[in-house]
This record gives sequence, C-alpha cells and structure tokens, in this order.
Amino acid sequence: MRNKIEKIIIETLIELNEELNNENLKNPSSKTKLYGASSALDSLALVSFITDLEEKLSEEFDEDLILADEKAMSAKTSPFRSVESLSAYILSLLEK
Amino acid sequence: MSRIIVITGTSKGIGYELALFYLKSGDIVIGCSRKESTILHDNYTHHSLEVSDEKAVVKMIRATKKEFKRIDILLNNAGIASMNHFLTTSMSSVEKIFSTNFYGTFLFSREVSKIMMKQTYGRIVNYSTVAAALRLEGEAIYAASKSAIENLTQTIAKELAPFKITVNAIGPTPVKTDLIKAIPKDKMQALLEKQAIKRFGEFEDIKNVIDFFCSEKSDFVTGQIIYLGGVHN
Repeated sequence: MRNKIEKIIIETLIELNEELNNENLKNPSSKTKLYGASSALDSLALVSFITDLEEKLSEEFDEDLILADEKAMSAKTSPFRSVESLSAYILSLLEK
Repeated sequence: MSRIIVITGTSKGIGYELALFYLKSGDIVIGCSRKESTILHDNYTHHSLEVSDEKAVVKMIRATKKEFKRIDILLNNAGIASMNHFLTTSMSSVEKIFSTNFYGTFLFSREVSKIMMKQTYGRIVNYSTVAAALRLEGEAIYAASKSAIENLTQTIAKELAPFKITVNAIGPTPVKTDLIKAIPKDKMQALLEKQAIKRFGEFEDIKNVIDFFCSEKSDFVTGQIIYLGGVHN
C-alpha cells in the first residue's frame, strides 16, 4: 500500500513538474524534499500539488481524502516535508 | 456555452429562484439543501447534505468535477438567521448559525477553488447582510457569522487572485423569504428605516449584483462587499 501511495505521489510530482520545470523535481524519489527550506515547491506550487494529489488518491482508493492539515505549512512537522513523510501521512489517513 | 454553476441552499428562497433563473437561461446548475430537491430540470443536479459536513461537500464537488469537468461559478447562498437578544442566545444556536453560514461558505469555497484554480478562472459570490454593517441589535450572532464571511471573502480574494478567481460578497437587505418570517413587523420596519432606500429587497436586486460579480468582464473586481439599499459600513 505504501509503495502504491509513493508511486502516486511521484507521478503527481512528475506531471506537476511539466509546468514547473524545477531541477529538484526531475527525478523524484522517496527522499525528495517537498516543502520547507531547500525544497522543491513554493507555497503556490504546494497548493497545486496537494489538490492534484487529492484527486488522484480519491480515484485510486475510492475514498475522498482531505490532505489539508494544520501543520501543512510548518517546516519541522509538516507531512509535506518529503515524499516519504507524505506517504506515511496518507497511509495513516487511509487506515483511519 | 452553458456555465457550470454551484448554488448552495436551493430548496427555497433566493437560492431556489436563482437556480430556476439560471436553468432557464441555459446554464447547468448543481444545487444542494438539507432536503430533497424541489427543482425538476434536465440541467439540474441535486445533492442532499449539510453544508457544514466536510465529507459530504468534498464528495459533491468531486462528483461535479467528474461529470462536468469544470465549475465556473459558486454562489454560497445557504444561510440561516436567528433573532435573539445576545443574553438569551444559546450556545447551540451559535453553533448552528456558524456551521451553516461560515463553515458552509468556507468548505464550498475551498473545495470549488481547487477546481477553479486548475482552470485559472472562477467567480465566487458569498452572502453577507446589511445587519453586519448596521450592527443590528438582536442579530449579534447572525451578523457576526456574516462578518466572518466578509473577512474570509476579502482575504481569500487575495490568496486566489493568482489563479484568476474572484471572490466577492453581496449584503442584501431583508427580502420577503422564510429567513425573516419570524421577525416582528415593527422590528422589520425599523430596519428598513436605516436604509437609504427604505424598501424590502427583491430577487432582481440580488440577481443584478450577482450577475455583475459573475460577469466575465468583472475580472478586476474582487474582495468587494456590496450592500443593497444604500447601507454602508
């Protein structure tokens, strides 16, 4: 399940990067940093990414996930720090 | 081309009239209310839900996106009012008013904006009231919930501007709908006296402002609150 989630996140990043042309997102992996210092996405790109991802996840898992989180914009604890932390966060939502 | 319009609170009052009007004009309307649909039309889709139910709102907007691929206009019309002295206002009444008026507007705006953002076009119209500007006694909670909507409108207008989504609000005067039927006549008359133009609002007055906000030409108009009847802050 976690691999599947990670695959969807990476696909979404690749698609998003077709518009962004960001060097850091050329070959995204589980270690790719998403949001925070020296990360790939600025706040507007993060918003686009979250909405794209919510849509993909709801199609894949047939569940209307909401990724909004009060810690979303916090560099230290945001689930959006990296692909890895985001996968873990989504998995926890799906298991709820 | 038909516009795709989401209207909340379409079972009666202004929401019902607006839905019928836009359907007659050839637009596609997706509406909701707590009850079953009161509108039968080929281009109308109804969802029965509480506007403050996050899951239900997300489901409705995702289903709309799936079917119509875009949403051009959102009218956050659903609202409830309650007149009471604040000393005798129950906590549950405050929760109910904020749930429908503020949480509903927040949830629909958030979910619909996600779609409008990708199409880099959208018009959101929220509903305030002259009671907010007039600081009407007896309407403290209702007016506070609408003031919250005004502030939300102006802040998200800034956050959504990069995506070419405009967010504005209309502040209607009393209109003869269910919303005001419980309010005593003398109180209502006293309220009308505070307006520059002392009469009830009509459906046409509201539609006129909504049409202005939703016009494609209004792409430089955002974060504005327009009160009817010559009321101002």
